[in-house]
Amino acid sequence: METLGHLAHGFSVAFTPVNLLWCLLGTTLGTAIGVLPGLGPALTIALLLPITYQVAPEASFILFAGIYYGAMYGGSTTSILLNTPGESATIVTALEGNRMARSGRGGAALATSAIGSFVAGTIGTMGVAFLAPVVVKFALAFGPAEYFSLMVLAFITVSAVLGSSSVRGLTSLFAGFVIGMIGVDLQTGQPRFTFGMTELLDGVDVIIAAVGLFAVGETLYMASRRYAGKDEIVPLKGSLYMTAAEWGRSWKPWLRGAAIGFPIGAMPAGGAEIPTFLSYAIEKKLSKHKQEFGTVGAIEGVAGPEAANNASAAGVLVPMLTLGLPTSATAAIMLSAFQSYGINPGPLLLTTQGDLVWGLIASLFIANVILVILNLPLIGLWVRLLKIPAPQLYAGILVFATVGTYGISQSPIDLVILYLLGAAGFLMRRFDFPTAPVIIGMILGPLAETQFRRAMTISNGDWSVFYTHKLSLTLLTLAFIGLAGPHIWAFIEHRRRRGPEHVPGDA
Amino acid sequence: MSTSDQQAAPSRLAVPELLIGIGLLACAGAVAWQTLAIPVSPLYSKVGPTVFPYLTMVGLVVLSLLLILAALRGGWQPEEEKETPTDWKAMGFVVIGLIANLLLIQPLGFTAASVIMFVLVCYGFGSKRTLRDVVLGLILALAAYFGFARALGVNIGAGFIENQLNAVIDAFITMLRG
Repeated sequence: METLGHLAHGFSVAFTPVNLLWCLLGTTLGTAIGVLPGLGPALTIALLLPITYQVAPEASFILFAGIYYGAMYGGSTTSILLNTPGESATIVTALEGNRMARSGRGGAALATSAIGSFVAGTIGTMGVAFLAPVVVKFALAFGPAEYFSLMVLAFITVSAVLGSSSVRGLTSLFAGFVIGMIGVDLQTGQPRFTFGMTELLDGVDVIIAAVGLFAVGETLYMASRRYAGKDEIVPLKGSLYMTAAEWGRSWKPWLRGAAIGFPIGAMPAGGAEIPTFLSYAIEKKLSKHKQEFGTVGAIEGVAGPEAANNASAAGVLVPMLTLGLPTSATAAIMLSAFQSYGINPGPLLLTTQGDLVWGLIASLFIANVILVILNLPLIGLWVRLLKIPAPQLYAGILVFATVGTYGISQSPIDLVILYLLGAAGFLMRRFDFPTAPVIIGMILGPLAETQFRRAMTISNGDWSVFYTHKLSLTLLTLAFIGLAGPHIWAFIEHRRRRGPEHVPGDA
Repeated sequence: MSTSDQQAAPSRLAVPELLIGIGLLACAGAVAWQTLAIPVSPLYSKVGPTVFPYLTMVGLVVLSLLLILAALRGGWQPEEEKETPTDWKAMGFVVIGLIANLLLIQPLGFTAASVIMFVLVCYGFGSKRTLRDVVLGLILALAAYFGFARALGVNIGAGFIENQLNAVIDAFITMLRG
């Protein structure tokens, strides 16, 4: 019941007029960038990082959290009406949602996704409030060796387990490590990877990396494939009020989606793809209207994945706030915002920064309420945003990319680095390398190195700390299973199929 | 479908993927070169600033070899990407816009450089109404400059346009106060 007291205090922080305004601003901006293809929460929060020099931590995190949640709501609108997922987490929503819109039930699809997001987002946020203190108690026992092993596990899950190829995911991650190591080594003061350039002594700013990969890379990619054809916006038809039958078909998928999404998001693996696909598969299996899947669009196939998506977005905040472990690009950039305030997220955060954390969690509840209002009665506004023509949209994105980058130190070198990273981002899109592990590797790599060196200093250079500590060994074993497991499994399957004489039970 | 067909298809060498693998190997080489250049103080001989760079380098070498191997076996680029022809003209205009911005931002200031980039990128993306794009670019750049730079306290390079407008605004503020 301690949590309820903290939450009440959090609401007293979040309910000040100024913080409510920040929340409103964040959710509005978040919905807008979620709706616009080519813009995402990671890029937007990166561009707004300079705000951390201007306002109190509570205000900027309420703003960032609003953007983060808002982008999830806005992304589904684009998926449903345009069939181009606004966010990677809403790919599944496009499957059934766009079909519903085409068969004249776009209103119901938008309604079930917004209300489902609200239900699951609220459940997920409650999950954060009640789970975070539990994880903290557990995490207080962590030493540097355990932290390092936990980070190794997170590295493997975000790059190798999720995504289409573990080699390409790990390549992105290691590229992130290299970028993260550029600059002065914090423990010895030695410059690393600077190629003798004084401009690189401060390292590559996360703003430049995020803007380069997500804005410049995305613009080049969209320019390169103008021949690929455009998706048509489906005009919004159908009432935004769901019928009793539609409510009846939606509420169970919402709850199931939340139950799938939150735990997966809260694990040090993150990612919204797995829970949304899992929810889609389950709803397809359980639905009494299977014939609607893949034809006219089934409402269950929108309600479940949308709920799973929002609950997992909330879940990602648990490892982020309690362990300082970001498992998505957006969370990694939020972590760098904490660093900008000189705050280290970790088990002590809840006690040392109680106002900040509980105010943030309370503001997430408020954000959910604002978002469901923004995304249902005001949906027409966002549909209009979809009509911004591509030339002006992408040219505008590049103008803001310049502001964000050049504003850091007015150095043209920064623009050169931005463009090089943009070119890399373009190639990564063309050749199916995931980009999020670069940002995670860049932010989390140096933290992992610090923990590694701390552990080795305590153990006097004895490597065995990583496998003699039981918890550390468990985490490393899990990481190894995550990396090698799928390959071993595929090998066994391959053997089994090739040799009919080795069919199990035939021995 | 004969078995020989099935084997012939994936064994073709994929040149772009091979170049990516080789490029990554070169990056690993650069990492090794820069790691050797890190001066190591004997005080930190246990786990110094070079241990992680070396681990990263080894990782990159292994990964680039795996990528080269995949390229030799036919590459991995998704079919959908392979089939979409690259619009070099559109990309070219975007790149020219970016380079123009880089070269002009110091001599002309942020707003003017941004307008030029905006127009070039719009043209690359197929916009034919250049004059309208100039106006839109100017409005957006000024909004970005004043909304972002002045509100967030970020210092963006000011040129002729910004200085004139700043002078006007300052004069206006003085007038209001006076």
